[in-house]
Amino acid sequence: MLDLISRVFGRDHSSADIARERLRLVLVHDRTNVSPQFLEALKEELIEVISRYMEIEEEGMDVTLQTAENQVALVANIPVRRMKRAAVGR
Amino acid sequence: MGQVIVVTSGKGGVGKTTTTANLGTALAQLGNRVVLVDADIGLRNLDVVMGLENRIVYDLVDVVEGNARLKQALIKDKRSENLYLLAAAQTREKKDVSAEQMKNLTDQLAREFDFVLLDCPAGIEDGFKNAIAGAQKAIIVANPEVSSVRDADRVIGLWDAQEGERSPAMLIVNRVRPRMVARGDMLEIDDMLEMLAVDLLGVVPEDDHIIVSTNRGEPAVYSRDSKAGKAFHNIARRLMGEAVPILDLEADESFWARFKRIVGFGRS
Ligand SMILES: Nc1ncnc2c1ncn2[C@@H]1O[C@H](COP(=O)(O)OP(=O)(O)OP(=O)(O)O)[C@@H](O)[C@H]1O
Ligand SMILES: [Mg+2]
Repeated sequence: MLDLISRVFGRDHSSADIARERLRLVLVHDRTNVSPQFLEALKEELIEVISRYMEIEEEGMDVTLQTAENQVALVANIPVRRMKRAAVGR
Repeated sequence: MGQVIVVTSGKGGVGKTTTTANLGTALAQLGNRVVLVDADIGLRNLDVVMGLENRIVYDLVDVVEGNARLKQALIKDKRSENLYLLAAAQTREKKDVSAEQMKNLTDQLAREFDFVLLDCPAGIEDGFKNAIAGAQKAIIVANPEVSSVRDADRVIGLWDAQEGERSPAMLIVNRVRPRMVARGDMLEIDDMLEMLAVDLLGVVPEDDHIIVSTNRGEPAVYSRDSKAGKAFHNIARRLMGEAVPILDLEADESFWARFKRIVGFGRS
């Protein structure tokens, strides 16, 4: 972990900078863990929007927050069954 | 009706009891009627920090269980007009008091006092839930360290999720060491505020006077040359609604930090 941090931040970053970035990441995680409802709500709304344009497989859908290096990413894996004709034609 | 304010942190040992004692004393010095409530049942501390440990006859649990009247259990601090302490029970447990009982107690106190300050136990379990039950305001104490800020975030989330009328949490950053901040070896206040998305109530520097004053049982606000004491005084005035600017000097900013800011590197 320390190794990763020093690789990401390089040698000349102060310990306060490192603390700040570590905190940023840990807070993103803590906050989503506190409310799984948050991700659930997000998923519901994603389905609603995406379904206007394509037919998706809701059961196979996966929405998570992932931390990599010094970034947090929202990763959504949404299997598409088919595009809707209207959306394509528009 | 007075204000009921809980002093809490999540993480232990960051300065809740020190803050409660100093802020309460400062508020009383400024002419308010103040009662300090030690809600850390089983780990009584506030009494020794206030130097009132020899005068306790009845405690919070005695009042809640009806073994003593509230008036009997309130200990008057002889050094300050209008400053009282309600001690925690030492030989009981957090679960011996319910959130409802705490709320009734603080409601009753708010009728008599301008400020009811609750010294909350560490953690987010029963003791915490009881302590926040009757509070309308929350002061979150945090040290400029990753673990402390993380726990502060958790507590702020729990505070926001509580039902009832409550003001947004206010942050006190305690044990700031300006030299370390200037050197880049301590989290900056601005970064903490941005991450926690809270209002800043004050910044208290690391100060040897705190230890000396705790040895003596005299809160640092009594001492003229305590920087932490001065910071707590300013916080008391802010709580009373005065717009006291948060001076860098409060944290004894080093010459170097100021220089860096003037020259324009250091993030301000
Ligand atoms: N600004 C400061 N400068 C120097 N020492 C301090 C400062 N604030 C607190 N301390 C010291 O830190 C220690 C812990 O403080 P305190 O007892 O107030 O924390 P707490 O949050 O109430 O702890 P607990 O969670 O155990 O109840 C004490 O020894 C106190 O003297
Ligand atoms: Mg304490």
